[in-house]
Amino acid sequence: MNKSVYDSPESTAASKRHILTVLVDNEPGVLARVIGMFSGRGYNIESLNVAEVSNDEHLSRITIVTEGTSEVVNQIEKQLLRIVPVHSVSNLDEEGSSVEAEVALVNIDLNDSNKKKIYEVCDFYRARKIENENNSIIFEIAGASERINRFIKEVNQITKIEIVRSGPVAISTYKNTKED
Amino acid sequence: MKQEMTGAEIVLQSLVDQGVEVVFGYPGGAVLPIYDTLFKQNSIKHVLVRQEGGAIHAAEGYARSTGKVGVVLVTSGPGATNVVTGLTDAMMDSIPIVCITGQVPQHLIGSDAFQECDTTGITRPCTKHNYLVKDPNKLSPVFHEAFTIAQDGRPGPVLIDIPKDVQFAKGNYIEKEKIIIPSHRLFEPEIFHNDDKINEVVDLISKAKKPIFYIGGGCINSGPKASALVSQFVEMTEAPATMTLMGLGVIGSSHPNSLGMLGMHGMYEANMAMHECDVMINIGARFDDRVTGRLDAFSPNSKKIHIDIDESNINKTIKVDVPVVGDVTNVLNKIIQTWKDRKLTTNSSDLKIWWDKINNWKKIDCLNFSNDEKEIKPQYAIQRLYDLTKDKNTFITTEVGQHQMWAAQFYKFEKPNRWLTSGGLGTMGYGFPAAIGAQVANPDSLVIDIAGDASILMNIQEMSTAVQYRLPVKIFILNNEYMGMVRQWQELLHGGRYSESYTDSLPDFVKLAESYKAVGLRAKKPEELDDVINEMINTDKTVIADIWVSKEENCFPMIQSGSAHNEMVLSKDQKQDESSAEKGKILV
Repeated sequence: MNKSVYDSPESTAASKRHILTVLVDNEPGVLARVIGMFSGRGYNIESLNVAEVSNDEHLSRITIVTEGTSEVVNQIEKQLLRIVPVHSVSNLDEEGSSVEAEVALVNIDLNDSNKKKIYEVCDFYRARKIENENNSIIFEIAGASERINRFIKEVNQITKIEIVRSGPVAISTYKNTKED
Repeated sequence: MKQEMTGAEIVLQSLVDQGVEVVFGYPGGAVLPIYDTLFKQNSIKHVLVRQEGGAIHAAEGYARSTGKVGVVLVTSGPGATNVVTGLTDAMMDSIPIVCITGQVPQHLIGSDAFQECDTTGITRPCTKHNYLVKDPNKLSPVFHEAFTIAQDGRPGPVLIDIPKDVQFAKGNYIEKEKIIIPSHRLFEPEIFHNDDKINEVVDLISKAKKPIFYIGGGCINSGPKASALVSQFVEMTEAPATMTLMGLGVIGSSHPNSLGMLGMHGMYEANMAMHECDVMINIGARFDDRVTGRLDAFSPNSKKIHIDIDESNINKTIKVDVPVVGDVTNVLNKIIQTWKDRKLTTNSSDLKIWWDKINNWKKIDCLNFSNDEKEIKPQYAIQRLYDLTKDKNTFITTEVGQHQMWAAQFYKFEKPNRWLTSGGLGTMGYGFPAAIGAQVANPDSLVIDIAGDASILMNIQEMSTAVQYRLPVKIFILNNEYMGMVRQWQELLHGGRYSESYTDSLPDFVKLAESYKAVGLRAKKPEELDDVINEMINTDKTVIADIWVSKEENCFPMIQSGSAHNEMVLSKDQKQDESSAEKGKILV
């Protein structure tokens, strides 16, 4: 089960990755409420993403990747719903069908000897070069997290890189999933 | 109709509109405009406490004894940080509070200004919701929403932080009727209310051979009707019922179906019945660790029904079979109606066997203690207090520790909202200010704070408040010169090494009372006890009764940490088995 001062009898359930999307009123402090609930109750956040999705209604969507047993994740969902500005919480893994994507920007240390190999890898993964005023070599790659992991691994074997990742965002594939 | 007013006037108008009669508070630089407005009006009474921590506990006592929202007004910085304990207490015990804090003017926020702190940041985890209001036009919508949220669903504390410039600025007041709160910001129970669940509940109960009701504070928060419905349904099913510390009074102690309190210092028969039952009906309780004992041995053979307004309590620590999310009054109404419509009953012969078993457990007489002729036993002191006050209109508050558990065991409650104690957070220093709040709300009632000598010193400054407002609150101190519960744990779990649990240099409580122009009484011997209690009751002033009790008395029965319901220890001579004791030692 879950947390208590006493050992729990059923804590052997399998822990897995879950993506939660949380629709919230975009008001001051709302992100702090959400992440404060996670840290205060000892839950994990693997990645977190937040942006306004409806300007006129002042709604933001927070995408959280967390890991836990289904009991723990269930408890997380219910605790999130207690937060006043939270509209809805969906666990995309439980809804069955969803797509996810994330973006990574990679600054690559390029020279004549590795240039060809790197361009091949970037082509294969459809990473796009972003021009910039310092003429450094920066690629953008978007897609499933595992694909980005593989891309980074391959480039890393060739040369030194610096990476920034957005963490995944995800959406249900069902039609008309209008919330609230 | 929109009216231009200053922010401070909007605050006061919102309170009036919400039916607030009393505010507990303490002034300071960042709330001066609100205090100035308060000075110019007569509809709201202000009770000046002596430390902000006292204000919030007083508001809690006011709220608990009336069912209304308790209101607190304090300044920025230390004013706000001093209410944090009380906010957490109200959060844990689900008490509706609206706390107004002043804040430094907006242009100084973030500059480490004098008496500045990040109030909304600090109080975010210990409030149901909080606000920093930057626009005077938003004040009235925020206030009306705050009062709704404080009382809605599972009640709790809400804090409103108002920068000083917003208190001076002009804005429009909007009446509460015109405020529409979006439904997602409130509790929405109807989606969970379906008849299949109710049918499942009544089917399980009607087929039960060994049912038990496990009743919590949610029944009190749901309003006086809930307690009547719970009693009614318990009678219809003829089942036994046990109450948590928070639920005492839902079913009268003298009710034949009541087994009294359960849990760590609960009744032997209640804990044994919880352990052996086949159907458990949890109404408004949350499987707190003080109630369940060791989880893997908690009521191992029962089907569990859990009625709770807070969905996050379902399956939080104990997996239940039939969860029903909703307000106790609504859910019980439905259950009783279904029970009647389907003409259900429990099986009397099964119930008779169950009651026989329970009556055998009762014969253990778990509250038995050896009385003494020379020393006042603390249990005896509470028994006498109960006997001499039971026919009066009495409210009991407590601090936290041994005296609290003895009060829960030996004082008998027949009605809800009469027992005000800090359960979830276990806040020493709660009882006296809570008694002040209860006395303000119920000026003609007898309000007694059953205290320990250590706890009472945590908010003793409120003597000045009680005397100023002529509140005839009675403080009944079970004085053993120890932090009794700490000492008891040290005796049972730490080899009797009483590390820092003895209170040296205690004040002379009689002289202390007198120095505040209150009345001080003392009983040192059993034969003096009744006279002191009677004099205390009959004195129309604030009274401290200093009752000298046996110093090293332990509170039994007890489920020691790490043990299960059926492993209760009834006396000092009975030892917990060693492996549980070792595991239990690390627990709280």
